[in-house]
Amino acid sequence: MSDTHAQTVPFVRDTMLSEAPPPAGQAGAVRWLRENLFAGWLNTVLTVLGLVAVFFLLRGLLPWFLHGVWNAQTLGECRQIIAERWGPDATGACWAVIRDRWTQFLFGFYPSELYWRPVLALVLLFVALAPVLFPAVPRRLTLFSLLYPFVGFWLLWGGSIWQPVMVLLGFVLGYGAWRLLRDRAPLLAPFAGVVVALLWWLVLCGPLRDLFASILPIGLESVRSDRFGGFVLSLTIGVAAITLSLPMGIALALARRSDMFLIKTLSVCFIEFIRGVPLITLLFTASLLLNYFLPPGTNFDIILRVIIMVTLFAAAYIAEVVRGGLAALPRGQYEAADALGLNYMQAQRLIVLPQALKISIPGIVSTFIGLFKDTTLVIFVGLLDPLKGITDAVRASTDWKGIYWEPYIFVGTIFFLFCFGMSRYSMHLERRLKREHR
Amino acid sequence: MADAVEKPKESFRLSMLIYDTRYRSMTIQLVVFALFVAIAAWLVDNTVRNLAALGKDFDFGFLSVRAGYDIAQRLVPYTQDSTHLRALIVGLMNTLLIAVMGCALATVVGIAVGVLRLSSNWLVARLMTVYVEMFRNVPILLWILLFYTVFTEASPAPSVFRGDEGRGLLFGLFAVTNRYTAIPAIGVDNGFGSLDLGLFPVNLSLLAVVVVLAISLFVRSRLNRHAAAIQAETGRRPVTWWKSLLIVVLPLVILLWVMGVHLLVPTISGFNFTGGVNVPNSFMALWLALSLYTGAFIAEIVRAGILAVSRGQSEAAFALGLRPGRTMSLVILPQALRVIIPPLISQFLNLTKNSSLAIAVGYLDLRGTLGGITLNQTGRELECVLLMMLIYLAISLVISAVMNVYNSRVRLKER
Amino acid sequence: MTKIAILGTLTAMGLAAGAASAATLDDVKARGELICGVNPGLTGFAAPDASGNWSGFDISLCRAIAGAVFGDGNKVRFVPTTSETRFTALASGEVDVLVRNSTWTFSRDADLGLDFAGVNYYDGQGFMVHQDLGVTSAKELDGATICIQTGTTTELNLADYFAVNGMSYTPVAVQSNAEGEQQYLAGACDAYTTDASGLAATRAAFATPADHIILPEIISKEPLGPATRQGDSQWNDIVRWTLNALVAAEEYGVTSANIEELSASSQNPEVRRLLGTEGTLGEMLGLDADWAANAISVGGNYGEIFAATIGEQTPIGLARGLNAQWTQGGLLYAPPFR
Repeated sequence: MSDTHAQTVPFVRDTMLSEAPPPAGQAGAVRWLRENLFAGWLNTVLTVLGLVAVFFLLRGLLPWFLHGVWNAQTLGECRQIIAERWGPDATGACWAVIRDRWTQFLFGFYPSELYWRPVLALVLLFVALAPVLFPAVPRRLTLFSLLYPFVGFWLLWGGSIWQPVMVLLGFVLGYGAWRLLRDRAPLLAPFAGVVVALLWWLVLCGPLRDLFASILPIGLESVRSDRFGGFVLSLTIGVAAITLSLPMGIALALARRSDMFLIKTLSVCFIEFIRGVPLITLLFTASLLLNYFLPPGTNFDIILRVIIMVTLFAAAYIAEVVRGGLAALPRGQYEAADALGLNYMQAQRLIVLPQALKISIPGIVSTFIGLFKDTTLVIFVGLLDPLKGITDAVRASTDWKGIYWEPYIFVGTIFFLFCFGMSRYSMHLERRLKREHR
Repeated sequence: MADAVEKPKESFRLSMLIYDTRYRSMTIQLVVFALFVAIAAWLVDNTVRNLAALGKDFDFGFLSVRAGYDIAQRLVPYTQDSTHLRALIVGLMNTLLIAVMGCALATVVGIAVGVLRLSSNWLVARLMTVYVEMFRNVPILLWILLFYTVFTEASPAPSVFRGDEGRGLLFGLFAVTNRYTAIPAIGVDNGFGSLDLGLFPVNLSLLAVVVVLAISLFVRSRLNRHAAAIQAETGRRPVTWWKSLLIVVLPLVILLWVMGVHLLVPTISGFNFTGGVNVPNSFMALWLALSLYTGAFIAEIVRAGILAVSRGQSEAAFALGLRPGRTMSLVILPQALRVIIPPLISQFLNLTKNSSLAIAVGYLDLRGTLGGITLNQTGRELECVLLMMLIYLAISLVISAVMNVYNSRVRLKER
Repeated sequence: MTKIAILGTLTAMGLAAGAASAATLDDVKARGELICGVNPGLTGFAAPDASGNWSGFDISLCRAIAGAVFGDGNKVRFVPTTSETRFTALASGEVDVLVRNSTWTFSRDADLGLDFAGVNYYDGQGFMVHQDLGVTSAKELDGATICIQTGTTTELNLADYFAVNGMSYTPVAVQSNAEGEQQYLAGACDAYTTDASGLAATRAAFATPADHIILPEIISKEPLGPATRQGDSQWNDIVRWTLNALVAAEEYGVTSANIEELSASSQNPEVRRLLGTEGTLGEMLGLDADWAANAISVGGNYGEIFAATIGEQTPIGLARGLNAQWTQGGLLYAPPFR
């Protein structure tokens, strides 16, 4: 029938039509807009509200930012320049204060010829963190990570090189003693290590240091704590507290999961107490009460006291993070360790902790971020943190009296860059670790 | 450690305390306990000696001394002639107020933003992301300061509102000025007065409202349970919504009518608003800053919680023909809650602890009164700081306990 | 464990001060520098500049004390203290002397374990109001909103003043002078109250100082002075007499410019005793004979310090007022040096 049918049809297409573009409403920008901004009346309302909010924010803030002045010696000069350029009623930012004082915000009163030291300490910090940051680095680097606290300390505070070296030797000797006794008396080994190290620090460390310092006086110019301020202070407190609190936090987490009632109770009490009080009360303790709790006549640096209290504070939080990591391990891992006949120490060291800590890394990073932000509270005990301490000092100078927003915006931006970078990185870590756990 | 305990064949030797797992844990605990006691004793001993050397004593008698300073925001009667203890209570009340209101607002903000971040609307999702990142990555202290300044710099003085009656007031009820935010108060014509308990007076009218509400809610829950029982037996649920509504609303309305409750609208008289309640800007700034800061964290928690509910759940709900809104409220959120609640508790705790930064804007909370002015005027650091710690600890433990009870109710019942 | 190590380390590094013994002078000499507790930022009295060098009226007194002890006004370290931590820092030996515009009051002297060593600035609490408020006296401030720095004696004075005069007010607590300024300028309070010196300094920094009036009433006595730990009278004497030396030097016309010449050629026995060319005053304090001369040459006498830091030639522009010599109708009156 087809041939007869072919006769009756007046026209038969024998070529394919080329593709026509989709209707305007279904393609390109219009479609994107419709799907992503105006899908349904609710979304349309939300979009309009969002646009209005953005518009008002920009309308309020943009002129102020655009009228910024970078070159001026005093606030009065700033005001003059703005009035000349934009008319008498114009408002504008006076960024000149940042230009004049940025070093103070970053380094506090650290001697300007020694700025390379905190910078180098920060760079080396990243090197020390490399084993955590990049899985591909050689294992040798972990040795440097262990050395870093001493290197960082020496770079920041300076002084004779023999000081950190001798303290480090104590750790080395303690470790050596533990290695020696590990196979013969597995239970006594840790005690022996601790005792040897303590003896070294308390008895031999000082005299030997002085001896070496007199023979080979190598050292950096020493910088006192009261020169610390700004972001150097914040980072010092933050990094020191997290580093010192890690071993403590792990111990607390293990204690909290232990079967021994007393140890568990003590650990729970400590953790819950620290987590139940604001950091500011602990800082008050550092500045007002620590002198009461120590033997009469002891009195040491306020930065150190703050670091001690912040370490205790961080330890409780790290303990909770690590506890989460321990809880996330499948029971089978513990059982397998028991089945292999490993004792508690071995099981923790070889099987449980490496995995649990890996899971805990993101949590540790976010604890660090929180801590880093919280270092701004040290202003309440008279240390010059970047946010309010340095800002108030700058605002008290006759040149910049009456300035308000600019320092806050500057410091806030730096905090944002730091914390945002770290939190993004920890998300990335989380994803990477997740993949490994599938 | 789960050894089969059997009677030791051999006689007890001292070395077993270390090598025998049955006794080892006791040994370790004893050693640790001894160390702990030693350290505690050492600290106490040092404190006693230091106090003696400074010629101070450890004594809370200062709490009954006249305070001599004024507090702007006080929820309980307080004058400069009141004692330091009364000042402490005023501060504690302010702390609790900011904590409760902050937690409430932060939760609302957090849930809204967390849901909106997952919205398909490109602009809204981006804006919410910007908000969350902005607030999460900058110290809370900065936000508190900035909010305070925005309030004082950007709002008009109260005198601007003079002139036409109620001009410029939001809905004719609210006025944001550079000193305070005037909000309407609730006036009671014939209340039940108040009962002074010594520490703080209890407003009996408020108490009456609370009691009536509690009774109504209890009756309503009994009604619902009864309805559920009928449903379980017959498969039909009796209509209860209008009964519930009546049970909750009617007694309350009657009570309010009896007490003659009405709104007191703030009006400008002289330099300032009177009639309503003038909420100081320090409170407003602190409240908003804390809520928005914590809200950003809660938003992340909510988002993670929603994402933790598997896609199959929402697909199943759509397959059953539920609308997206109902899917969210009936299927996804209840399941997400289980993931959300535990981290939410710690955010509430954080907010409460962060409220101790109130002093930065001069809001006199517990840290401002007890740990600030009182400490300064009396020079009793040890007592003040310890007391402050204990009070904060108590608040935190109460919050934890309450939230944990709630958590155990929403937790998955595994059988 | 690590902590003990670090403690040992830091003790050795001089980060940790040793024991705060009863003899502060020996501690200071052994340390090689004076530690001075100061305000972290109060214009004209204490503020660090861009390179972290402190300057101001209080700072100059610290430097003078260092000059008296060491003969070098730079051997001094400044520790910023907050209003909460200042007295504790002193009592615990964290600082040797507190020069932080602290008011000398009975209870602080008797109860807080401090000894005040004189008055370096006679101040009083005043009020500043916006011109357009139309207020000319503090008595008209009934119902006003008042900004007040927390953690100081000013809160108590304010409460007392309003109670005595039967007026009401709304306090707005602020944390620092800078914060108070900002609040007041924004109109968050009708009046700002603090020490009159602070008010003058604050007003001077405003874009339009003429729009603000400092009311005539001074509602309190605020003798601001240096404080030392209780129970160390030798150290207290050193601080006290260093301050007196600065005041006396101005009275006798000893300045940093003519001090060399005067110590060589002055015939006035009082000046000779002051500058150590006669008598053994320095020895009695446990210092060198030329202690006062050293203290004066650091930053000049009281008048020079005043003029350089907060006087009328500076942006702060404070008049001498009560802080003029007794011969000029002021309150400065140094006891005789004999």
